[in-house]
Amino acid sequence: MEWAIAIAAKVVIIFTWALLTVLYITLLERKESAVIQDRIGANRASVLGLRLNGFFQPYADALKMFFKEDYIPPFVDKPFYLLAPVIALFFALVPVGAIPVADSITLFGKKFTLSVIGSNVGVVLILSLLSLAIYGVIFGGYGSRNKYGLLGGMRAAAQIISYEVALGLSIIGVLLVFPSLDLNEIVHMQNRYILGGWVPLWGIILQPLAAILFLIAGMAENKRVPFDLPEGESEIIGYFLEYSGMKFGMFFVGDFVEILLLAALFTTFFLGGYNFPWLFADGFHFPWGNSIALSPIAVRIVQFITFNIKLWIMIWFLLLVRWTYPRYRYDQLMDLGWKSLIPLSIFNIIITAGIMAVIK
Amino acid sequence: MRSFIEAVKGLGITTRHFFVNMYYHILRFFHITGEKGETVTIQYPEEKRETFPRVRLRHRLLKREDGRLRCVACYMCATACPAQCIYIEAEEDPEHPLEKKPKHFVIDLGKCAYCGFCVEACPEDALRMDVHIPELSEYNRNELIYDIEELTRW
Repeated sequence: MEWAIAIAAKVVIIFTWALLTVLYITLLERKESAVIQDRIGANRASVLGLRLNGFFQPYADALKMFFKEDYIPPFVDKPFYLLAPVIALFFALVPVGAIPVADSITLFGKKFTLSVIGSNVGVVLILSLLSLAIYGVIFGGYGSRNKYGLLGGMRAAAQIISYEVALGLSIIGVLLVFPSLDLNEIVHMQNRYILGGWVPLWGIILQPLAAILFLIAGMAENKRVPFDLPEGESEIIGYFLEYSGMKFGMFFVGDFVEILLLAALFTTFFLGGYNFPWLFADGFHFPWGNSIALSPIAVRIVQFITFNIKLWIMIWFLLLVRWTYPRYRYDQLMDLGWKSLIPLSIFNIIITAGIMAVIK
Repeated sequence: MRSFIEAVKGLGITTRHFFVNMYYHILRFFHITGEKGETVTIQYPEEKRETFPRVRLRHRLLKREDGRLRCVACYMCATACPAQCIYIEAEEDPEHPLEKKPKHFVIDLGKCAYCGFCVEACPEDALRMDVHIPELSEYNRNELIYDIEELTRW
């Protein structure tokens, strides 16, 4: 019984947090692109005359999306057409539940992980769910019964399959350094310090090449701008060509959830996850000798805030990349995936494994 | 490798724009300075762009020092008008029996091409197009037909 309540509470809290974050990623996307391009950005949505520079804009966008006409073209293949947005959103949202937002906590004599799916094979789970997300794209393109939609879906499938190899291989480098498939364990192992306790031993310090490869492959998985061939809103129309209203909205939200997921995964693997430097289970222990004792709850709160800060920095960076580069051509995309990222990630695995073998 | 360096340079440009603009946005948000930085947006209803001094916009009818209209209903403007949007009906001025004055002076701004020929044709300098209000939009076309009362009010 307590177990069921704990799960329900975690589902509600973590997915509310995730969806609120996604809501404000859309606002950050609009505002950040505006600021980069010397504009101001959406700032008109107001509640009771209160504008707060567009704070309420995401709610207005969501309302608009809900009340738009949801037109189903008569020629579509209905089961696939209706299933596609659900799959796209579902398989983007579920992996978020596997990411630990704070250390596991012992309450009422029981241990609770602070992620919905406290699995000890979290990495494999996330990778497998991510590769299922491709069905949303293919069904969307195929079920639309539209040449351009189908072409977009095929492009997306080719791209995601190519880059998934590089994504998985770059994670293997991390798994060699932090030998666990449990995300919480991986984060735990990053709470060590080198050089007299001054430098945290985060993934990005041990695996800089893997970090870059993971980021590039992840952005390609996301189908975002340098790699947005499957979507190409304005010219090479993509797989959601025949969708409108909230069905399009679900693809759209799924995209933003994937940004959140990518940022969260990068934070977990390479930026030390929820670890605040020198924060241990019983409080801070600074390398200059001081220490501050904190209660377990306070430690979890600090960890959660730390995780959010790192997450938003990563999201900011991902959006910055999106608003900086033009789109790749299709052959360039395949060249980058197969001729650069995959060889480099295999190289990274060999080097890492060699060094680990020598150290052992 | 070279392309990677160039890509990172590109990120540097967008980052610089972001932080420079963000600095000014934060200062403006807390009302510390009103400077805009590199931002070019004009927040329209609150903030209006200055019109150029020689711009041709809405017409106005000028008055003499004693309050009578300068217009003597000579029909020069109506003749010059290529869009034929000026309608004038003359009558005798009862106080000054030697002069005419317009009984009706109507400009249909919906038809007007804003060419300014009427202003150049006017021998009395009674008509000008220097009301610097660019908002000339109505829900109904009839509301764009301006008579003497509206033309003398600006």
